[in-house]
Formats: sequence, C-alpha cells, structure tokens
Amino acid sequence: MHLGESMRECEYSQISTRSSTPMETPYKKRTPKRKKWETFPGRNKFYCDGRIMMAKQTGVFYLTLVLILVTCGLFFTFDCPFLAQQLTPIIPVLGGALFLFVLGTLLRTSFSDPGVLPRATPDEAADLERQIDYVANGTKGYRPPPRTKEVVINGQTVKLKYCFTCKIFRPPRASHCSLCDNCVERFDHHCPWVGNCVGRRNYRFFYMFILSLSFLTIFIFAFVITHIILSSYQKGFLTALKESPASVLEVVVCFFSVWSIVGLSGFHTYLISSNQTTNEDIKGSWSSKRGKDNYNPYSSGNIFTNCCVALCGPLPPSLIDRRGFIEADAPQMAPPTNGITMYGATQSQQSHMAATTPLLQQHSSEPVIITSSPENGTSLPARASLTLGGPCSSLPLGQPTPPTSTPSLSCHEATDMLPIHGHALNHTHPLQEQAALHHYLTPEEVPSPPGMLHCGSPLGHSHTVQTSFYNPASQDSLHEDSVRGLVKLSSV
Amino acid sequence: MATEFHNLQDMQHTASLVTKVFIQRDYSEGTVCRFQTKFPAELDNRIERALLEQTVKTLNSYYVEAEKVGGQSYLEGCLACATAYIVFLCMETRYEKVLKKISGYIQEQNEKIYAPRGLLLTDPIERGMRVLEISVFEDRGSSGSSPSSSMSSCSTAR
Repeated sequence: MHLGESMRECEYSQISTRSSTPMETPYKKRTPKRKKWETFPGRNKFYCDGRIMMAKQTGVFYLTLVLILVTCGLFFTFDCPFLAQQLTPIIPVLGGALFLFVLGTLLRTSFSDPGVLPRATPDEAADLERQIDYVANGTKGYRPPPRTKEVVINGQTVKLKYCFTCKIFRPPRASHCSLCDNCVERFDHHCPWVGNCVGRRNYRFFYMFILSLSFLTIFIFAFVITHIILSSYQKGFLTALKESPASVLEVVVCFFSVWSIVGLSGFHTYLISSNQTTNEDIKGSWSSKRGKDNYNPYSSGNIFTNCCVALCGPLPPSLIDRRGFIEADAPQMAPPTNGITMYGATQSQQSHMAATTPLLQQHSSEPVIITSSPENGTSLPARASLTLGGPCSSLPLGQPTPPTSTPSLSCHEATDMLPIHGHALNHTHPLQEQAALHHYLTPEEVPSPPGMLHCGSPLGHSHTVQTSFYNPASQDSLHEDSVRGLVKLSSV
Repeated sequence: MATEFHNLQDMQHTASLVTKVFIQRDYSEGTVCRFQTKFPAELDNRIERALLEQTVKTLNSYYVEAEKVGGQSYLEGCLACATAYIVFLCMETRYEKVLKKISGYIQEQNEKIYAPRGLLLTDPIERGMRVLEISVFEDRGSSGSSPSSSMSSCSTAR
C-alpha cells in the first residue's frame, strides 16, 4: 500500500524539481491544503485569498482614500456642473480621468507586493551560519558581532548586512522594514498613507500616484477657485460661498495638500533622476560629503536613463508565492551541530508558536509611525521567536519597541533636510524617513541578542530576555507613543 | 562511487538527501540577478566544473535578458502607465515569460545532466532568487546497508 501510494504520488508530481518526501504525503492528503499567504512570517495582512497584500496598520490608508473620494466627489457634484456649463465640458472629463488614474495607482501601490524577500529556508540559514562561523574561526562569543559582507559594485565598496530576522545577507539597496517585519528589495520607505512599504515592485506606482495626485490637487484647487470667482461676478462673493459651501471645504483640503504632495513629488523626481532611494538620500550614502570618491554606483549618470529605468524598467514578479499551496516539508539534512533542530516539521513549529503565543500577546500592537527604536537589541528577540511560527497573521504581533527620546530628534533632522516647510501635513516626510532611518539603525549598530544562533532553548531564553525589557512602564509609553502618533496625524 | 539514476523520480524514491549546496548571488554588478560562477568544493567529485559553470552562465544570461532595459520594456512600461497599470492583470510581463523559459531550462538540465549524477537543481525563483540550490543525493542502497536491501533498491531503480 505504501508502494502504491508512492507510485500514485509519483504520477501526480511528475518530474518536479521540488523535493518532497513521499512518506509524508499520506498525511498531507487528508488535511486541506493551505495557501502560503496563510503562514506568511511577516506582519502583513492579506485579502482576496492572497491577491492583495498590505501592511498591518491600514487606518491611514483609509483616511487617504476617504480624503480623495470625498474631495473629488464634492468637486464633481458641486463644481463641475457650473464649470461644464460656463466654460467647457472637458473639465469634468479631464478631472474624471485624473481621478481614476490616481485611484488606480493608489490601489496598485497599496495592494501589491513591494518586493518582499522571502526568508531563508532552514537549510540555507544553516549553510550561511556555517560559512560565517568558519570565517569567524569559531569564535562564538556571548554576543557575536554584527555580520557584514563587502562587495565592490562599479568600483564602490558596498556593505551587505546580515538580517537576523530573515537570516539572509541583504542584497544591496534592500532593507528590513520593522513595521512589516520583512526585508524589501530596493527599499524606499514605509508609507502609512498607502498602507504599505514602497520598494522595488511598487515604486513606479507610488511615484505615479503622487505625481497624478499633485496634478489632481492643483486641478481641483484651480477650478474651484475659478468657480467661486465666476460665481461671485454674477452673484457676489458671499452669496457664491453660501451657495456652494462644499467648494470652501475643497479649497481648504487642496490648499493644505498641495504643499506637501507637490513637494513630495518634486523630492521623488529628484530621487528617481539620481537613482537613489529615500533611505540612501537621508543617510547620505552617496553624498560627496562622505568622501571625495563617494558616488552612486547604481546611477547611470544620465538623468533620462535613470528615469527610464525606474519607471519603464521591467517589473519583476513577486518572490513570495502568496497563492501557492504549502507543500510537504522538504527532506531535511541531518541537523547541524549548532542546533537548528527547531526548524523541524511545521507541526513542531506550530507547537513552538503555541508556546510563544501567550508571551507575545501581552505586547500591544505596534504604533504605526513615530517610534523608532535604536535599541533594537531588545526587539530582535521578538523577531527571533516570531520566525519560528507559521500562522502569525492571527496574533497581535506587536513588535514591542521601547520608547526613546530619539524619535523627536530624528524627526527634526529629517525636516531640516527636506526642502518642504510649513504645514503639519509635512509630517508625512519625517514619518516616512523615520521608518527609513529606523531600518538603517537596526542591524548595524546592534549586536545580535544572545541565544540567536545556538538555539538550544532559544524560546525560553529569548523570552526571558524579552519580558525583562518589556515591563508595564514601557507598555504605557508605547501607548503614549501611539497616541502621540495619532495626535500628529490628527493635526493634518 | 558512481550513483546511477535514470530519472528524477528514481532518485527521489531510492535516494536519500545528503546535503544541499548553495550557490550565492554575485552582487559585483549591482542589483542585477546573477549567480556566482565559483565552483563549490563539495561538488568536486560529483560533476565536471565545466558543466556546472555552463549552467550557471546560461542562467545568468537569461536573467540579464529578463532585466534588460530596452525597447520592449519601455513599450511595456509606457503601455502599462497609460492604462493605469490595469494591463498587467491580463498580460504576462516579459520577466515572467523569461522565468518560464528558465524553469524549462532547469528542468531539462536536471534530466540530462544532474539527475544522472545524483544532483538536483532547484529553480532560484523558489528560493526567492537568493540562491541556486543544488541537492546532493546518494543512493540509499550504497550507504552501507545489507546486501538484500541494496539489491531491492537497485531493482526499483531499474
């Protein structure tokens, strides 16, 4: 019977390049097959059976959507009839086209995979560990130093950092988003306004979104003003205002949006033309101030080429197979001596997950924006224990970030660096840059926590480390931070 | 020690996985997808250098083709932008087409070259384009078990 089953298995899988253990299939066939998005280790939300992927905190995205829909709705309802009559019907048509384009690009940015790098398989992680240990000559200190690999790209030395969560050496320009808990290729920033990270795969949509939104905002602003002016010639200023109060609201919203959105578009146009990411620009990675010979190795030197590459280059497919089915575990190699035996079958992972759940649940969900935690030594254990689990999406996986005084500092820093002045809406920049800054602070400055590699009882150990840091006082300040974040948002 | 397998199915049923060798990405040319052509020492007595190098070079050239910024990609990009990127819902991008070619190529290489030597290449896309994974198999029968079991495993291999 066993042979018969394996024969059947053989016909079913044909010559597949994926290795599978025939022995486990009798069990697998009875349980319903789950899709990979259901056990995705990052902190993302999935909708429509894995087709849509967003960050965990999507409140601000709905705000963006509401603002755009309401403003445009008011424009089409109250201003367009007048304008179509008095001037030309092309105005509502153009407005409609712009609106649809804005909406399309917004949804595309928010719902697509930004270029998440899937985490290393246990075998890969073990192989890398072995290589690193070999290089370090077996010096297994209590806190092993942060790992970096240097590579020369176009004559410029670039450091590749090791990501402790994903267990990979990050490709150049990739960064780990702490909000989503994923490494993202060509990471630009995490944008709460679109409710997603902006990375390699959705940067062009993001840019098109902010560009078209700038045009739309200016368009609406200009034509609402025109409407009021024309109306006031006929009826008088106050009467005109009284007749279409919606126009006043539109003017206010557009006036405040224009500064930040147009500024943001200008900033990103500059970034695209110089082939830099927001991350790199803020850090000044390729700034000549760092050194005479410092230059951007990715830039082709030509503005036009850079723009074409960023906007019209090939769109790589998603590396995380969200809608694929989870297959039987690949045959594992003999467990290596540094004890990565915990990466066994999914069942043991789930039991680990169950064990970690009570401890994880006591941490509140992470505030969206402002907190950056340079002391990531404390947050890393959270990551370590989280990577063990399979079905993480149902848990309140807050990454407990102890509050620091630095967020306000870096916030100011970012504002100083930006050419935009004035309005509270400008906080989009510092907020985004904050998150970007945060990633750069993460693995380099902080050594890995104890027990990361020598995983005898990592759970117990890292959890005790974790709980000793996260006392109730820090929980309160977490809440404080989230409130602070919301207050800043509400000042918009 | 020549482990003979006639096809991948034979290998998966009669062989046990010994180790996995990973060929890492080569970032010396930027973020373009490229794998190191350095020959891993663990495969020294399993496969000829030239064969593996040829495979890796061909894969690299496929990836270069996929990521090439040229006339076709511009057209695709502009068309997509003009349709607010809705066209991607119905059309397959050039990158995806090349990835399919790569899949086919890897399968062919596995059947012709690697399986007969007890090796198996895994498509990098399944490993998030981080590594080119080569699984090294060994015939269960030849790992020092009793003669009768090795006989039976040989017969199933046939």
